[in-house]
Amino acid sequence: MLMQTSDENLGLAAAGGDRSAFSTLLERQYDRLFRLCFRLTGSQAEAEDLTQDICAALPAKLKNYRGDAALTTWLYRVAVNAAHDRRRRQASHAKAAEGWGDWEVNRQAANAQAAQDVDWLTTAMRRLPPDLRDTLALVLDDVSHRAAGEILGVSEGTISWRISEAKKQLAQIRADEMACPVTSEESS
Amino acid sequence: MSDDLDDLKAMMAAATPQPDAARRAENIALSEKNFDDLQGSRDDTRLTSERPRGGVFSGVRHMFDQLTSRAGLTASTALIAVGIVAFTPLGQDLLRPGDLTEALTETRFEQRAPTPEAPVMIEQTDAGQLSGQIAVEEAAPTESLADMAAPTTRTTPSIAPAAQLRSRKQVAQDGIAMGGLTAEPPMPQVLPDTETFANADASPVQVVADSPVSTFSIDVDTASYAVIRNSLTQGKIPPREAVRIEEMVNYFTYDYAAPADGNAFQPTVSVTQTPWNAHTQLVQIGLQGAVPAVADRPPLNLVFLIDTSGSMDSANKLPLLKQSFRLMLAQLRPEDEVSIVTYAGSAGQVLAPTAAGERSTILAALNNLGAGGSTAGQAGLQQAYATAAAMSKEGEVSRVILATDGDFNVGLSDPEALKDFIADKRDTGTYLSVLGFGRGNLDDATMQALAQNGNGTASYIDTLSEAQKVLVDQLTGALFPIANDVKIQVEFNPAAVSEYRLIGYETRALRREDFNNDKVDAGDIGAGHQVTALYEVTPVGSPARLNDPLRYADQDTAKSGSDELAFLRLRYKAPGEDTSQLIETPIVASDASDAGFAAAMAGFGQLLRDSDYTGTWSYGDAIALANATKGADPYGYRAEAVQLMRLAESLSRK
Repeated sequence: MLMQTSDENLGLAAAGGDRSAFSTLLERQYDRLFRLCFRLTGSQAEAEDLTQDICAALPAKLKNYRGDAALTTWLYRVAVNAAHDRRRRQASHAKAAEGWGDWEVNRQAANAQAAQDVDWLTTAMRRLPPDLRDTLALVLDDVSHRAAGEILGVSEGTISWRISEAKKQLAQIRADEMACPVTSEESS
Repeated sequence: MSDDLDDLKAMMAAATPQPDAARRAENIALSEKNFDDLQGSRDDTRLTSERPRGGVFSGVRHMFDQLTSRAGLTASTALIAVGIVAFTPLGQDLLRPGDLTEALTETRFEQRAPTPEAPVMIEQTDAGQLSGQIAVEEAAPTESLADMAAPTTRTTPSIAPAAQLRSRKQVAQDGIAMGGLTAEPPMPQVLPDTETFANADASPVQVVADSPVSTFSIDVDTASYAVIRNSLTQGKIPPREAVRIEEMVNYFTYDYAAPADGNAFQPTVSVTQTPWNAHTQLVQIGLQGAVPAVADRPPLNLVFLIDTSGSMDSANKLPLLKQSFRLMLAQLRPEDEVSIVTYAGSAGQVLAPTAAGERSTILAALNNLGAGGSTAGQAGLQQAYATAAAMSKEGEVSRVILATDGDFNVGLSDPEALKDFIADKRDTGTYLSVLGFGRGNLDDATMQALAQNGNGTASYIDTLSEAQKVLVDQLTGALFPIANDVKIQVEFNPAAVSEYRLIGYETRALRREDFNNDKVDAGDIGAGHQVTALYEVTPVGSPARLNDPLRYADQDTAKSGSDELAFLRLRYKAPGEDTSQLIETPIVASDASDAGFAAAMAGFGQLLRDSDYTGTWSYGDAIALANATKGADPYGYRAEAVQLMRLAESLSRK
């Protein structure tokens, strides 16, 4: 950690076109970014794809980085927005795919099956409403409530409320499963 | 499970997989590639100006860019024919225009994924002609074609041929899809070069008996030299009107005596043999400004007014500007304050007044400037002055530093009103300096006018070393005036001098009566500045005399017997004062010493202007003289001038 350039300075240098700064920054942040993507999506494959989306768009996005927020905060905001976009795209895609016949239906079923392999927590998290899931994903990644509020554009109090709400819902999901041990896709 | 957050955290950490190494490397490589594309293709992205969506017309436009007007007409006729086919019921079913268009737009979008939005851009063809460049007007897809804005940006084309081919094909298909909607082909239009330079005809030879008095305002600008250097290093002889000889001479410093304590400046006069004419002499008047103790300089308030219009987006403009300001920032003291205002389309404050000590804040704001939009110069100026007024405190020096490529076109309803506005602000103590960047639409005349009215200097920054000279080495002088409205008046003695000619200062000529009129504005000298003026004088009896003496004129009024060539009067105001002070000193004829480097530069400038007065004197002679008088030249500026002379010599031979 000695003499390490701060993320913010790297970000600013990269925004100004410094390639080595960009590479260093990406190396440094990739794993953290992936971790967050995993928590936001709940599946490794999805997370890899989301990370790819973010990586592809990052250079252009970085041009707008002004150094007024901590770089990780800024990066998380980019990631959360990218996750939103992805969900929206998937939603409209799913809608469009309705009525496309067995081929698409089977493919979606296969996807859903793959997702079941992930352990209980991520599965449960996938059932949370998106805003609770995003909030929990951030806070579980050691982001402070204040920073999470900054990233999601809500107040610190809302974050605290969402966390307690998320915990309540997780407990509920858990309780439901104890009562009815077969993992059911339709409980929400 | 427990709903305790720490447990959840631990569970989550355990559940989170490691990123797949192969995907990781792939994604990072992808990102880096996009980064490189973004850097490398900044110009390209602007060039193609494809907004991801709605690019149906832009493709057509791109195709027409590539076609001559005749080919364009042929192609458009063909497209319309195809369109008719496409819109017959059979063709419609086959083509399904909507889907096709959408599919194509989608592909294109993916291809150019991470491109920033680009404003309307213009492509510069390589077939640019001598006096102008051919550009084709383009309009943003959403704008009506009748509403095409004048192009503001030029970039050099460097699309890969494959991409071009591809887009042509696509265009053809788009055209089919659009059918008869294809608009009239935009006709190529020759754009004049929009550079303008402030200059006037060379001062003519004056007969001392007729007009013994020469009056002018000093000029400490050096912009012209940098413009000349830029032209020559690009392999072009600069346009004649870009050459202002006094600025070439003043670019260099000379060995003048320092002023005595308490004096603002010290005139030094010398008489030398004219290099290009054996029968005339050069009178060199040098002013050396005092250098106040830098340590006690008052705090500075600087407002950078930065042009971020679309035309600033090339390597030698905004990026160079950022580097230059970074250099300058290192020269400021912690107690100085900096603010940044940009103007492009609309004016806006990017950085609120910030102590110069907070370097990272300032640098971050500077780094994040991006170019785009048109130029709202007047609104920008007004905001910059308002900011400067808010920053200024008693005893501090406030200055607006305008950085632009000279495109001052939007919102400038009345140039005179703008000048008046600046002059008004000058009287309230806020000065204005102008830094010019880039070539192509450099509006040198406006820059000069603004700086002269704002009591500042106009400099042209073409390289980082020029930025070093202007913004680092001469920072103190550029920002701290020591004498305002410095006017020079020389009265020649008809008994000793029959004719004289002021070299340069054509744009600075004053009327004789304005010398004593303190209301008339003139140039200013900053701390440590030097000003050099050269007269070529023809002594009485010299065969170089161009005008025959008048037969009936009374020749006896001259003070004969005196060895005075001329009498020098200087007027200046101490900063903040309204009444001028007068310095008088006679110019005494002495044995003319050898010409110095200033003479070489003056000669060089006259050669560039095709002056009538230099006779057979050539670039070779200028080079020899400059080399002989180069002196110590610690920074290599003079050696660089010799290089430029050599370039000019080669270029003028063709």
